[in-house]
Amino acid sequence: MPLYVATRKGLFIVDTRRWSLARPHFLGDPVSAVLAHDGALYAALNLGHFGVKLRRSEDGGEHWQELAAPAYPAKPEDSADKTPWKLAQIWTLEGAGDTLWAGTIPGGLFRSRDRGESWSLVRGLWDRKERTEWFGGGYDHPGIHSICIHPRDARQVSVAVSCGGVWQSGDGGETWRLAAKGMSADYFPPERKHDENIQDVHRMVQSPSRPDVYYAQHHNGVFRSADGAASWQEVTAIAPSKFGFATAVHPKDADTAWFVPADKDERRLPLEAKLVVARTRDGGQSFEVLRRGLPQEHAYDLVYRHGLAVDETGERLAMGSTTGGLWISEDAGDSWRCLSSHLPPIYAVRFA
Amino acid sequence: MPRVVFTSHLQRHVSAADCKVSATTVAAALEAVFRSQPQARGYVLDEQGELRKHVFLFVDGRRAALTDPVRAESAIHVLQALTGG
Repeated sequence: MPLYVATRKGLFIVDTRRWSLARPHFLGDPVSAVLAHDGALYAALNLGHFGVKLRRSEDGGEHWQELAAPAYPAKPEDSADKTPWKLAQIWTLEGAGDTLWAGTIPGGLFRSRDRGESWSLVRGLWDRKERTEWFGGGYDHPGIHSICIHPRDARQVSVAVSCGGVWQSGDGGETWRLAAKGMSADYFPPERKHDENIQDVHRMVQSPSRPDVYYAQHHNGVFRSADGAASWQEVTAIAPSKFGFATAVHPKDADTAWFVPADKDERRLPLEAKLVVARTRDGGQSFEVLRRGLPQEHAYDLVYRHGLAVDETGERLAMGSTTGGLWISEDAGDSWRCLSSHLPPIYAVRFA
Repeated sequence: MPRVVFTSHLQRHVSAADCKVSATTVAAALEAVFRSQPQARGYVLDEQGELRKHVFLFVDGRRAALTDPVRAESAIHVLQALTGG
């Protein structure tokens, strides 16, 4: 089962039997998202000059075919929406059954039912008036970076937006409701800090084994829901800091999750230049700070939203940083091994 | 007939052959090219039909816009900007 590493300068495929890196694909081109689903491998490119592209391989990356990238419809002439209706980035790709989902900047959710050959904008979410109030977090325009599909009922879809809270559909994407109750943004004016539509969730994951449990690394801290995102509670035990981007949840144990805490948002670096991973095994009541094998001096590695992944066993983890560090763990994070310190900036790591 | 010339950088991603087309504006010339080479359209124009932010057009050595006129002997160069890479 390979590990996919999407970087600023190409897609790297790691053979997890020997932990060896193979020849990169799309060398020189930014790969913003990668997905292995139903026998195919999908890579989203963000070509600096020539736009966003989507490629599919049927043979594990040997050959690639260009697919139609998601496209926004024309903006109505009388629209007051300030957001450009143009695809700027595919931020995440997910698959469930015969459906692929793409979360994009500037905030559109797209769906494909023909293995990425064609895409349609999910209008039920895009046409919500609240959507025009979303704003960019890290990019000029808002974007959907997390798409969680209920493992036993694919009609239940939850997405997280930077910055636009959490949105949930129970009918396969036709209708949507805000699902960020309990989140807070202390950096906002007091009367708006609990507004669900302004919450800056950096990354959201759903427990495969207990789908009512979600974890979110938010700009303002870590939040957890145990009621299907109907409400969220802040996880105050997170250490050594509450800021960060990435999170991953154990595939079989909803109480186990990992985070990569960083210095608060003015700096966005590992605290005291020591790279650590925080793990809870009791649903966020307490955390262990894991650092064995990780650089503990002069480490300026930031781990982005999709830079942390766990495999189907829950024992293997991968982590990639903005300064091209790639680490793996085979003991659920107790210890880490560096596979490379010299890769291009890493956007996403993902086990097949 | 105006001649359309694509940057070699584009060839790394998609096939786009230089060609002569019958047109009186840059936009019409590109449309004619994309009719026979539809795979190149999305690399030069975005989904709203506008020139991509980091693609430059030159007509006879001068920066040009899609709406600019071209002459029968014009050369239209489609280049990548020195930004956005």
